[in-house]
Amino acid sequence: MEKFNPKLHLPILVFGLAAPFVVPGLTIQVAVLWVMVLFALTWDVMGGQMGYNSLGNIFFFGAGMYICAIVQIAFITDVGAYTASNGGVRITFTHQEYFMGLICGIIAAAIGSALIAAALGWTVFGLRGPYFAIGTLGIALAAGELMGTWEWVGGGGGISMPVYPGSADGKAYLFYFLCFAAAVGTYLFCSWLYSTRFGLAINAIRDDEQKAEAMGVHTLRYKTIAWAVSAFFLGISGALFGNITGFIEPLEVAFPTVTFGIFMVAMSLLGGKGTLWGPVLGAFLFHFLKEFTWTYFLGWQWVALGVLIIVNVVFFQQGIMGWLMEKFPEKFGIVVEKKEAAE
Amino acid sequence: MTDAPVIEVTGVSKSYGGVVANENVSLTVPAGGITGLIGPNGSGKTTLFNSIVGYHPIDTGSIKFKGEEISTYRVPQIARLGLLRTFQQTRIYSNMNCIDNMLISIPHRRTGFRDMFKDRADKPTLEEVDRLLDFVGLYEKRRLISGDLSFGQQKLLEFAMALMNKPEVLLLDEPTAGINPTLINGLIDRLRRANEELGITLFVIEHNMRVIMNMAQTIYCLAHGQLLAHGTPDEVQNDQRVIDAYLGAH
Ligand SMILES: Nc1ncnc2c1ncn2[C@@H]1O[C@H](COP(=O)(O)OP(=O)(O)O)[C@@H](O)[C@H]1O
Ligand SMILES: [Mg+2]
Repeated sequence: MEKFNPKLHLPILVFGLAAPFVVPGLTIQVAVLWVMVLFALTWDVMGGQMGYNSLGNIFFFGAGMYICAIVQIAFITDVGAYTASNGGVRITFTHQEYFMGLICGIIAAAIGSALIAAALGWTVFGLRGPYFAIGTLGIALAAGELMGTWEWVGGGGGISMPVYPGSADGKAYLFYFLCFAAAVGTYLFCSWLYSTRFGLAINAIRDDEQKAEAMGVHTLRYKTIAWAVSAFFLGISGALFGNITGFIEPLEVAFPTVTFGIFMVAMSLLGGKGTLWGPVLGAFLFHFLKEFTWTYFLGWQWVALGVLIIVNVVFFQQGIMGWLMEKFPEKFGIVVEKKEAAE
Repeated sequence: MTDAPVIEVTGVSKSYGGVVANENVSLTVPAGGITGLIGPNGSGKTTLFNSIVGYHPIDTGSIKFKGEEISTYRVPQIARLGLLRTFQQTRIYSNMNCIDNMLISIPHRRTGFRDMFKDRADKPTLEEVDRLLDFVGLYEKRRLISGDLSFGQQKLLEFAMALMNKPEVLLLDEPTAGINPTLINGLIDRLRRANEELGITLFVIEHNMRVIMNMAQTIYCLAHGQLLAHGTPDEVQNDQRVIDAYLGAH
């Protein structure tokens, strides 16, 4: 596991803790930045570290969002009746009801998403390469459509989330820090995970899965757990995001395959897949560029992002971290070591 | 029981579509020795290895490892029993450095859930890695990305990874193919030492007659998917059918 490195970790920690007070107008944008960091890190567990390029990881974001919403609502009232009124009955939650519901909702979103991933793993991991990518994309697309037909959870009309029992600022701070904590937690977990045998095993699966099988590695077990880990943290991010927007519906908010679903991949590739810091770096750059183009080049923002992605995958496949490793291998410990020197 | 067979192949056939790659092959590999498998290109040697390690289902026949029927087991299961193979097309984890290639090659026989999340290496394991990389002459290159090594070095790494796995039986598919001729003697010596010092039973496919005649106690010869002859190196070398098969193939 990475040791605490003041030069690297401290500025990020200070930025994360101070941002909502220094630039209060941007609290939500920075909160979304942390969600992006979480997206890129969780995508990379599978895509970068294990070589399974999922295009459907956004599914677990949506699953977590819905699970959390259902638990939050079920805490005080009947879900079907709540969604049927579709904002008609404005149910006020007491502080205790709201927070108990939220805490249980987040926990259920994390565990529920991980369990769904484990269950799906048995089928999707029969697929390789492009078939895996398309298969997972299919899951996310189908989930959006299916949720749209499920009236109990509001169908295509969506759900108005329980209203935060306090000031708008209070809500912004609360969810900002929850997003920040979720991103830091994901980062710390990945950092630990990659330092264990688990990290080696998924790297081996990435490089040559048949070889790993021939060496007796329990490949299916590792793959399933890796997916469940991604889903666990994505479930949390979905739970938080649904509460931030205050309204959830299947296609645009819960299962946005062509925006967030693709951003996850783009961010990891930009920063350098298969590294711990690449996805973090990629998320910062990507999010910054995205906000910048949305503010100053409105109308051209999709073109700008498209160009960025194309330049990245055509000319710069190894990403920023990968490029640094090629350029300065010795900084990454890739050196010839004389026997005498080591003994 | 040194002469008891560890591998018993009985009446194994395997076809790919219309191509009969193995036909009614029966052979035994005695424990503790070095057994050779020769035959012209396309005679079905790799196919037989693939059948033994569970890479594909066989059409008919039986394959036993230490008396246990393994012909229905899957690849990782068989590997965990201690029956390991290397590949004719050398296969290593090419984006990882040599140390990591070795660390993930530890035996997975009793890997429980918690073992999956242990530290990458403890001190004895790292010492073992260093010792084996030194044994194959890759110690100085241990921190380099394995995909950047030369082909011969990759073959040596693959061999060291196999040793790291502590197999009882190791199936080697053309271990000297593509290796610089000046290095072949060193490799033969290492194979012998793995057999004698570590007690690993070797079953070796080898195209190079000189190499296998020097190493193996028993040799089987395949031609057109069928077992043509078997015996000591001398017997096989002087067998007219074997000579014809090799001459006919060239
Ligand atoms: N995966 C495969 N699909 C179809 N035919 C194959 C396959 N593998 C091997 N063969 C065929 O089976 C025969 C035996 O091949 P192989 O076992 O690789 O021979 P060897 O290792 O002795 O050179 C050859 O005719 C080869 O073309
Ligand atoms: Mg072959």
